[in-house]
Amino acid sequence: MTFTPETEQKLQAIWSRYPAGRKRSAVIPMLMYAQDETGQVTQEMIAEVAKRCEVTPLQVEEVVGYYSMLNKQKMGKHHVQVCTNIACLLMGGEELWHHTTKRLGIGHKQVTADGLISLEEVECAGACSWAPCVVDGYEYHHHMTIEKLDQLLDSIENKVQ
Amino acid sequence: MSTSTAAPPTVVNFTVDGRQLSAPPGTLLIDACKRAGIEIPAFCYYEGYSLQAACRMCLVEVEKMPKLQTACTLPVMEGMIVRSETEQIHKARKGTLEFLLTNHPLDCPVCDKGGECELQDMVFRYGAGESRFTEIKNHEPERQWSPVVFYDPARCILCYRCVRACNEGMGVGALGVTNRGVVSEIAPNMVDHLDCDECGACIDICPVGALTSNTYRYKTRPWEMQHVGTVCTHCSNGCKTTLGVRNDEIVRGNNRDRSGINGEFLCVKGRYGFDVSTNEERVTSPMIRINGKLEAVSWSKALGFVAEKFRSVSTAGGSFGVVAGPHLTNEELFYLQKFTRAGLKTSNLDHARSGDLVTLLDALSGKTDALATSDDCYNTKAALVIGSDLSQQHPFLAFQLRADVRHHKANIYTVTPGPVREAKYSAQSIEVPVGGEFDALRNLTETLKGEQELVILFGDSIKGQRVRDLVEWASGLGIPVKYVCLVDYSNSRGAMDMGVMPNLLPGYEVDPHPGMSLGQMLSHETLDVLWVVGANPLRGKTLASKQAFVVTQTMFLEETSERADVVFPSASAYEKNGTVTNVTGQVQRLKAAVRTMGAKTDLEICGLLAKELGLAVEIGVWSHDVVFKEIHKSVRGYNVPLPILITGGAAATNPVNGRVAVDVRIEDIQSAGDTLFTSGELGRYSKLLTSVPEFPGALYKR
Repeated sequence: MTFTPETEQKLQAIWSRYPAGRKRSAVIPMLMYAQDETGQVTQEMIAEVAKRCEVTPLQVEEVVGYYSMLNKQKMGKHHVQVCTNIACLLMGGEELWHHTTKRLGIGHKQVTADGLISLEEVECAGACSWAPCVVDGYEYHHHMTIEKLDQLLDSIENKVQ
Repeated sequence: MSTSTAAPPTVVNFTVDGRQLSAPPGTLLIDACKRAGIEIPAFCYYEGYSLQAACRMCLVEVEKMPKLQTACTLPVMEGMIVRSETEQIHKARKGTLEFLLTNHPLDCPVCDKGGECELQDMVFRYGAGESRFTEIKNHEPERQWSPVVFYDPARCILCYRCVRACNEGMGVGALGVTNRGVVSEIAPNMVDHLDCDECGACIDICPVGALTSNTYRYKTRPWEMQHVGTVCTHCSNGCKTTLGVRNDEIVRGNNRDRSGINGEFLCVKGRYGFDVSTNEERVTSPMIRINGKLEAVSWSKALGFVAEKFRSVSTAGGSFGVVAGPHLTNEELFYLQKFTRAGLKTSNLDHARSGDLVTLLDALSGKTDALATSDDCYNTKAALVIGSDLSQQHPFLAFQLRADVRHHKANIYTVTPGPVREAKYSAQSIEVPVGGEFDALRNLTETLKGEQELVILFGDSIKGQRVRDLVEWASGLGIPVKYVCLVDYSNSRGAMDMGVMPNLLPGYEVDPHPGMSLGQMLSHETLDVLWVVGANPLRGKTLASKQAFVVTQTMFLEETSERADVVFPSASAYEKNGTVTNVTGQVQRLKAAVRTMGAKTDLEICGLLAKELGLAVEIGVWSHDVVFKEIHKSVRGYNVPLPILITGGAAATNPVNGRVAVDVRIEDIQSAGDTLFTSGELGRYSKLLTSVPEFPGALYKR
């Protein structure tokens, strides 16, 4: 399997960080970078990462199955994660979640018809001090309100148009 | 800093439930307790495999430790005070069980595991009969992963035993765990099916009924079977298999009682290869060729007919050739060679030879303790495999080596003509074409000189002079070396020990009147009688003698029987009593598990023929006990301790230590090259072995 030169460079960088015999440590970051390129984890990708990291495809499969950030189904161009765990919940995370699903008309791990935005309800994004929190790709948006969330979604939608 | 350091303690003293115990340092608490007869329950912990601490059943109280501790990961320490059964522990275990039962179906009345289920036992003991959960149980339909393995996710308690058994024990790694939390489940390596050894180790090791076997599922309950401990009849490793027999039918094979040399290890043949005995193609009646067609006749008619022919050929001074199979018992082989030599007055006697043990014994003359047993393969500090795809051709020996690497950090070296599984954990693996082995060995010499000891396992590419060269090379290493001469089938070793060879009597005594080898018999143009007992020498070969009267004793009408004039139906090894000797020279007892209508054991057929020929007094009684007594008394190396044999153990035979001065025809020595899924003549008739997608497999490919 071939990746774009940028992704390939990232994969090589992370892979070369681990000594021989311990390449399996690179499985998760490599899958993340590879997923960023295609929006999903494919069987081909699993086989490729397994080969490079000297593990069996099944062992990569285990990792993919375990981590919710790795998706086998195709996600949107913007993957929006809304935290509804305890801190965010207290600060209105659930309202944010309901608002987003209503506005986009999609649910947990679903993608809008145009493939632009996918939604995920996550258990703690690790930003409790700035709750409630919404994550767009790798970008954190703190102290979220419904207005700020709408602005974020507007900007995503407008960027494309 | 002080220069003198105290020697590390060799024993650790601790207290469990008020009892003073001691164990070597590093011993896990759960093991130490088990040895003292204190049972600590566990699902995920399994002796010999890596630690998981996933099930939380083995929690115990340890003084000065604030929380309950998992006994399966806690090494014993000096002065440790442990309590294994208190109210708190009871409550914790009951809670664990309540969690396990949130999604576990209560289908015990139909579950295969019912009656021997570890979860059932624990619930019975701790009484988590009621649940506080009101949610509906998660249910997933069961799946078939291979012709052998079924998985029922709902029953799975995620102990990871199967994953570790497959990965560490078998070296396959076909099982994993996918997803997380309440939806996690065991996953096969090919998404929805398995590509593996099909050994079924995962099924046996499952503490519940999540993994079930196609041959056994929904057929019977464990308490309705008789359990017959016998020896697997396929390859030469001699694994003990405990057959579950119900209504004269073998319904399963496993070795959960860990009797025998192999502990719980079995490969696909040992667990499922028993179906040869129920193949409907089996010969069930003696047959005589009448007008070119084999027709069923009575035993007395067939025996009389053969005896008449033998007698007339004998009187006329004609030639006999006798071929024995490598699956016969020692008793049958001994009786047959006696029949041939004393009764038919010839040494035209042979079997399909698959390893050059004879030259090895000769080359080792004067060296003591130079033959390795299967235990040595587990305990040795280094092993060298030459010319064998060990994990396919000798799965148990390969399992021993894998365990040796895991438990003793042994160094494994391989010199093979292609890729082998051992390469994954070996210290060094060299691929060389057949013939180039010694170049590779010379490269290894310096490395091996640094080892403390070595077990060399070699296949059929090392024969004749090359065996002597190997012994000479190994002597130059300056370390203790033991050898295993790899042979093919369940009693290939016994056939040699019992003198089923044209130039050697039982116990490797030189025959003063050597006869024809198998190859010579087949190409002999005026051979008068070819008597084939449990073998198929005409597969892919022709019999030069057109006039030969061919008698076979067989389970199936194979190529040789198609040429036969008389066919006797013989019993399979699952229907016999007697002994067999494995590749490492350990003799073990076969125990008849079932009876098959029409067939007789080869010993009985030979005995009846002897009686018909008036030779019964001379050759002796055809009872396996009586013949074994004679073997025990007269065959060199077989003076083994009887209590070991009688209790189902493996007694190491002690073969001759001295010259075996005969010419070995190396062209007669050729391994059949069976893979993990083939088993010579027997494997052809096992429907299960031929049904797995991996069949027939190939050596040096996986």
